[in-house]
Amino acid sequence: MGFFTMAKTVLQNLFGRPPTRRYPAVPARVGPITRGHVTIDPARCISCGLCMRRCPSQAIRVERAEKVWEIDRFRCIACDACVEACPAKCLIMESGYIAPVTEKEVERHPITYVKPERPQKKEAAEG
Amino acid sequence: MPERIVVPFGPQHPVLPEPIHLDLVLEDETVVDVIPSIGYVHRGLEQLVTKREYTDFVHVAERICGICSFMHGLAYVQGIETIMDVEVPDRARYLRTIWSECSRLHSHLLWLGLFADAMGFESLFMQSWRLRESVLDVLEDTSGGRVIQGTCKVGGVRRDIGREKLDDILRTLVPFEQQCRNLGDVFLNDESVKNRLQGLGIVTKGEAYDLGAAGPTLRGSGVPIDARNLGYAAYGDLDFKPVTESAGDCYARCAVRVGELFTSIDLIRQAAETIPEGPIEVKVTGTPDGEYFSRVEQPRGEVVHYIRGNGTKHLTRARIRTPTLANLPPLVKMLPGCQLADVPVIVLSIDPCISCTER
Repeated sequence: MGFFTMAKTVLQNLFGRPPTRRYPAVPARVGPITRGHVTIDPARCISCGLCMRRCPSQAIRVERAEKVWEIDRFRCIACDACVEACPAKCLIMESGYIAPVTEKEVERHPITYVKPERPQKKEAAEG
Repeated sequence: MPERIVVPFGPQHPVLPEPIHLDLVLEDETVVDVIPSIGYVHRGLEQLVTKREYTDFVHVAERICGICSFMHGLAYVQGIETIMDVEVPDRARYLRTIWSECSRLHSHLLWLGLFADAMGFESLFMQSWRLRESVLDVLEDTSGGRVIQGTCKVGGVRRDIGREKLDDILRTLVPFEQQCRNLGDVFLNDESVKNRLQGLGIVTKGEAYDLGAAGPTLRGSGVPIDARNLGYAAYGDLDFKPVTESAGDCYARCAVRVGELFTSIDLIRQAAETIPEGPIEVKVTGTPDGEYFSRVEQPRGEVVHYIRGNGTKHLTRARIRTPTLANLPPLVKMLPGCQLADVPVIVLSIDPCISCTER
């Protein structure tokens, strides 16, 4: 016979603090490895296009001629595949989610990487 | 002679959390027949297998369903690994087991809340979902995503869980288990809940087996079949017994799910304590050539992924048999004879997942 099985819980709720969070006044809980959104460090991007090839939802485009890296946030599934594939480690998976937007736009980032000069070859040894 | 009327129940119904569509034939308020319809949220995901490479399709598989996403991904990559003769490291198998059981916990707690809501117990709904938050936090802290884990890949897993984090999970399980017991006590022992559930929607043991029921619907009728006994992932190394009840009614199916909460907690504990050291993935070269039926126990029942490849980067066929599809015939058997007011409770007792079923 169980008639007051939830009484203990109800009393705890009555005198305890609310378990909910007053978002957005209080930020949402994010863990250190939460997959929120991808960002790029354009100074290190070498325009290899591996992230574009590896992206399972075709959200990323790399224009080598124009030196532009584009991402369509609405296609991105935050799966980490581009971050793992990037040989230059210029892509970072941030913990926070992007803010809500009212218009769908593709994000464009000009690539500012400058290829370092090759060191001068040693002059041929005299002789 | 009362007049017969046909009432469409769903796909858009205020009580149901899933867009299931049943045409109910009623006499007064008694159900005499049920005609299910499938296809309302069809997305054509199986067809995508010819457009996505086999390494990418795991992302599609994980998005077949938002509640049992990990198991879909696991079933798919296991199939590919078997076709390609890839030996997955032991640590990866244990990690897959831990994530699987966490997924089962969050799915069952979600279901308990929705079930309470179908009975009209909103407070109980809130209690269940609050409890589920701690499971989602563990999933987020170990895989980066609360709902879509994205850790399974062909050849292993993409992320490790450190010893410190595993110990943290083990510590979290202690108060969590107590809270689950308190919650389970309400579902199993409260008079109001029992009055609402007992003797409702009965499927006998023989009927459940003959109709091909899966998961808690099958085990609630006394058949102790569970795909985890196949020994996939690390289940072959762990001590596991299916939870069964014999009454075959809504109360029995609820009791099976409550019991499975504790089984999952025990399995997580075993896996976290005995996980071997070692690598978490192996390098995979080549493409799948062959076919395989991969079976995995989802929270709702056994899911089957049939995969066929011909040696190219794209599979030629993927076919997914979801547990809800298997549970529709028993549902059609359960419903005739009940009152219209009991239909939501009976429908929810099989834990339908229509986005899985209509994929």
